[in-house]
Amino acid sequence: MGKESPLLEVKQLQTHIKTAGGVVKAVNGVDLTVYAGETLGIVGESGCGKSVTSLSVMGLLPKPMAYVERGHILFDGRDITELPEKEMRKLRGNEISMIFQEPMTSLNPVFTIGQQLSEPLRQHTSLNKKQIRTKIIEMLRSVGIPRAEQIIDEYPHQLSGGMRQRAMISLAMLCEPKLLIADEPTTALDVTIQAQILQLMREIKQEKKMSILLITHDLGVVAEMCDRVVVMYAGQVVENADVRTIFNSPKHPYTRGLLASMPNSNERKGELKSIPGSVPRPDELPQGCTFAPRCPQAVEKCWQERPPLLSLTHQFCRCWLYTHEHQEVAAHAT
Amino acid sequence: MNQTTITSTGVNPHPVNMLRKREPKWQSFLRRLLKSPTGIIGFLIILGVLFLGLCGPWVAPYDPNQAELSKKLLPPLSDGHWLGTDQLGRDIFSRLIHGSSVSLIIGSCTVLFAGLIGTTLGLIAGYFRGWADIIIMRIVDVKLSFPFVLLVLVINAVMGAGLQNIIISLVFAGWIIYARVVRSEVLALREKEFILSCIATGVPRWEIILRHIVPNLFTPIIVLSSLQIATYIIAEASISFLGFGVQPPQPAWGNMLSEGKDYIFSAWWLITFPGIAIVITALGVNLFGDWLRDVLDPELKGN
Amino acid sequence: MLPEPLLEIKQLKKFYDIKTGWFQPKQQVKAVDDVSFTVYKGETFGLVGESGCGKSTTGRAILRLQEMTSGEIWFQGENIAGLSYEKMRKLRRKMQMVFQDPYASLNPKKTILQILTEPLRVHGLYSQEERVKKAIEILEIVGLSEYHLHSYPHEFSGGQRQRIGIAKAVILQPELIIADEPVSALDVSIQSQVINLLLKLQRDFQLTYVFISHDLGVVRHITDRVGVMYLGKLVELAQTEDIFTDPKHPYTKALLSAVPITHPDEEKDRVILAGDVPSPLNPPQGCTFHPRCPDCMMICKTEKPPVIDLGNHVVACHMYST
Repeated sequence: MGKESPLLEVKQLQTHIKTAGGVVKAVNGVDLTVYAGETLGIVGESGCGKSVTSLSVMGLLPKPMAYVERGHILFDGRDITELPEKEMRKLRGNEISMIFQEPMTSLNPVFTIGQQLSEPLRQHTSLNKKQIRTKIIEMLRSVGIPRAEQIIDEYPHQLSGGMRQRAMISLAMLCEPKLLIADEPTTALDVTIQAQILQLMREIKQEKKMSILLITHDLGVVAEMCDRVVVMYAGQVVENADVRTIFNSPKHPYTRGLLASMPNSNERKGELKSIPGSVPRPDELPQGCTFAPRCPQAVEKCWQERPPLLSLTHQFCRCWLYTHEHQEVAAHAT
Repeated sequence: MNQTTITSTGVNPHPVNMLRKREPKWQSFLRRLLKSPTGIIGFLIILGVLFLGLCGPWVAPYDPNQAELSKKLLPPLSDGHWLGTDQLGRDIFSRLIHGSSVSLIIGSCTVLFAGLIGTTLGLIAGYFRGWADIIIMRIVDVKLSFPFVLLVLVINAVMGAGLQNIIISLVFAGWIIYARVVRSEVLALREKEFILSCIATGVPRWEIILRHIVPNLFTPIIVLSSLQIATYIIAEASISFLGFGVQPPQPAWGNMLSEGKDYIFSAWWLITFPGIAIVITALGVNLFGDWLRDVLDPELKGN
Repeated sequence: MLPEPLLEIKQLKKFYDIKTGWFQPKQQVKAVDDVSFTVYKGETFGLVGESGCGKSTTGRAILRLQEMTSGEIWFQGENIAGLSYEKMRKLRRKMQMVFQDPYASLNPKKTILQILTEPLRVHGLYSQEERVKKAIEILEIVGLSEYHLHSYPHEFSGGQRQRIGIAKAVILQPELIIADEPVSALDVSIQSQVINLLLKLQRDFQLTYVFISHDLGVVRHITDRVGVMYLGKLVELAQTEDIFTDPKHPYTKALLSAVPITHPDEEKDRVILAGDVPSPLNPPQGCTFHPRCPDCMMICKTEKPPVIDLGNHVVACHMYST
């Protein structure tokens, strides 16, 4: 498959969440595409809508509190936005899988690893018990779990954090999905274990030729793993480019700020470049550009009007600074 | 609009909220009470029961102990008796009103004293651990293995009947639940970083307990108390039911229930109305307690 | 000028007894096992390691927030390991702590004014009016303002809460601040603000920091010297630059190589460690790192490594013993 064939397309996605204080636009017009065989990173801070986006794709939004208000999600050319739960279940775990940040809470403590892993196989394949067991042991081995024949009969709490995340990955990989959504897969892990897990994910991706949608706040993880990057801020995509462009010539002031504030790009003991202020709460967004209150380059227009996502030579960027050089408006502000 | 946003950038995400002048405590208390329908209902029920308890003698249409055998077991709404009469022809409505004071005294005094004793012991056990904890919790365990009502009965049997002894025995049996709840709360609290942070700051021990731990216990204690008041009112009923409670002819909701039990099939109103009175009071206390808990929690304020 | 030691930790040990059952022998977790180091006045001393290595326990033991099993803690020439609660309480004016979780470390029922004036009040400093003035002053120093005095912690974002936590520690103008993962719970764009604040406060108030963190990027930026911990033991201690450019202990090497790259074109020689950190209940014999060590030798499996001083660079590893 060429890189040109899109596996997942999210078009103008708006996901709303009902709260006591009213409706919050957690995701506000997000466009992104994951091509076959690539790793797309979604970067952003807490509350930027990156996790809600992935839950929308998986159809795992806590309904009726959260719902897709507008937009489309196309998987392999098929619109799955309004797919009934029964159809969605066929897709989940089979063609799209997900791994979460905290492997302890995403594994059920009362079932053994083997019991949890046999579930998707019983749902989506017609293997018998013995075949399932063989396949699971094989899978556990392939994600680097030692003593797989014993681990299969152990409970999640008997495993370490790294081993649990490996078990989660093997669970996600069982049906050889085309797309793996990884929501902060290494955030809860130690650095040395993180290196192991990232290595494992790279290997699996190579071998199975699948796509990964990697959600993270860690630019280091992005640099390690991703082919392309989508930077999100306050429910919107602010920049979208391939990974080298993001690191070499970021355009959006937020992306620049994030990169500049990494300690390694600053002189030791010196003052770190930082973005002033804090992430706005989704229920009190400014009327203009959502980043304007923290932006060092904000001008009058930024306070008045939300910028559209501009298509620049190498990237998409949602910022008024580049209106003079843009070729077309990729998506209008909402 | 722009101007305020610019100046408040960064440091202050909720300018309006922060600049709001703090109003006096009782005013915000009232304002928030008026905003919460369940709070008001609970508050009104409690006020009503309090009123009846305090002003009962002037409100009641009849003398609660005036027996008139010719009018016995009249159904409700007959012959000027709104809720009917009992087996001795006494007016049930008047007896209910007179009985409310007994139920109130028992409920509130028991909660107060049991709460005080239980909270103190629970605090000591939970905060200092060690021997104090072992001793207090062993006593609690022993008492828990004893049925609540049986314990109360034994105490009453030894000390004799009477309002004061009922309260003493209920307190004696009731503090353990407070001690247990408070102890487990304190155990969780003392592991919280803000308590550790107090120690690190150099706050004296007693101040940590009184200023930092106790305020965080209000919520569980209030929730527990609003449930317990109802339990104690019903406990009085059970004791009276077994003959150790408030002695007849003095009316109490509990002994009204117990006296009415023989007529459950022939004259339903004898036990129905005291039962309803207990339920409504318990409901009122619960509603008010729920609201109070929300008000005392700064995190829930304004929501 | 010779640096003046402010804090000296000698053979600090903290063991936990784990009850496994009624008739089973007690098991011991050696959370901190024989850790010694010195912190000099005005410096930032970093303690790094992965979860469960004992770095937080060490930090808390220094402030006597957790009782230790044995060892000495010399602070300004006095061994504070055996001080009574009351004596220790008075000494706390000089040694403060900043906690990791800004959501858990502030009492949710107290206003910012109450939180900030409490340290002054319990140490009997200033009058009530002066305390309020001091609280406003410190709020402005940490980048908040008088408006916030009557707010409750939940009204703030994580970054702002951490500023309040720092203000609470600094308001007493202590000599030493132990910061336990002070930026780990914060968003990336907020982390750098808080690090800048810590650096600024250190300059303005001549503070000494013990900075506990698992984030090597932050540690490299902020600290002067670093101790690396593994399974309750200090395995390496040196100047920050030396640790990062010339690590000696195989664990330090692996730890540094595991840090994600900072640019997609960066090439990195990875030492991917096999397996997980072993359970501290059952630490391996000999050198506790030997089952994962790429340079493991025979002697490592049986004998504890000696602590070797390579001239301002201390490492506990058999490779360097001659």
